[in-house]
Amino acid sequence: MKVTVKYFAVCHEMLNRSEEEMQLPEGSTVKTILKQLEEEWPEIAEFYEVMQMSVNWEYATEDTELSEGDEVALIPPVTGGTDV
Amino acid sequence: MFKITDKIITGSEVREAVEAPDAGAIVLFLGTVRNNTDGRAVQHLEYEAYPPMAEKKMAEIAQEISDKWGIHRVAMIHRVGKLEIGEVSVAVAVASPHRKDGFEACQYAMNRLKQIVPIWKREVWTDGDAGWVKPDAVFFET
Repeated sequence: MKVTVKYFAVCHEMLNRSEEEMQLPEGSTVKTILKQLEEEWPEIAEFYEVMQMSVNWEYATEDTELSEGDEVALIPPVTGGTDV
Repeated sequence: MFKITDKIITGSEVREAVEAPDAGAIVLFLGTVRNNTDGRAVQHLEYEAYPPMAEKKMAEIAQEISDKWGIHRVAMIHRVGKLEIGEVSVAVAVASPHRKDGFEACQYAMNRLKQIVPIWKREVWTDGDAGWVKPDAVFFET
């Protein structure tokens, strides 16, 4: 199946791309993507602890199962608004 | 109105979006770009967002406010791109029958926005360095 993966902020910068399509085997989960990214950029694993993932604009876990056409995103710690 | 924009925010967009004849109060919050972070001089900020998810999460916050306070008129807008010192990064407006609930709901909206709305801030300091910040620290210096 094919899914779209989006990268923001620090992920965008480190991977040097803002999105890509990934061809994944049936039964893949969010974790399948994380493992694949770790091979390319081992340091990303350090950030997994503080990062969240989303599938189709909803927060997801590593175990969330993926389907054809899903939009997955890596969500670094969010900092919108102001610090007041 | 729940919106990510790359245009200047004045506050009037969200105020007008919540105006209603049964409102006795409109609480308007504007977040502005501060010239320092814990004393470190800031040159400018850059905000990045995941617009469709950010707007969806803003709408969810409004639903939470509706459930908690019975307030149905909430609007939020957040800017992305490069922002100079003093410019408005975020605006929240809440219209309510009485001011107490309005103030509480507006505060709640901002707290939740910082927790669940996917928007990121990159600080560019006057010393030439820059970094992505997380709520309590520099997350990743670039």
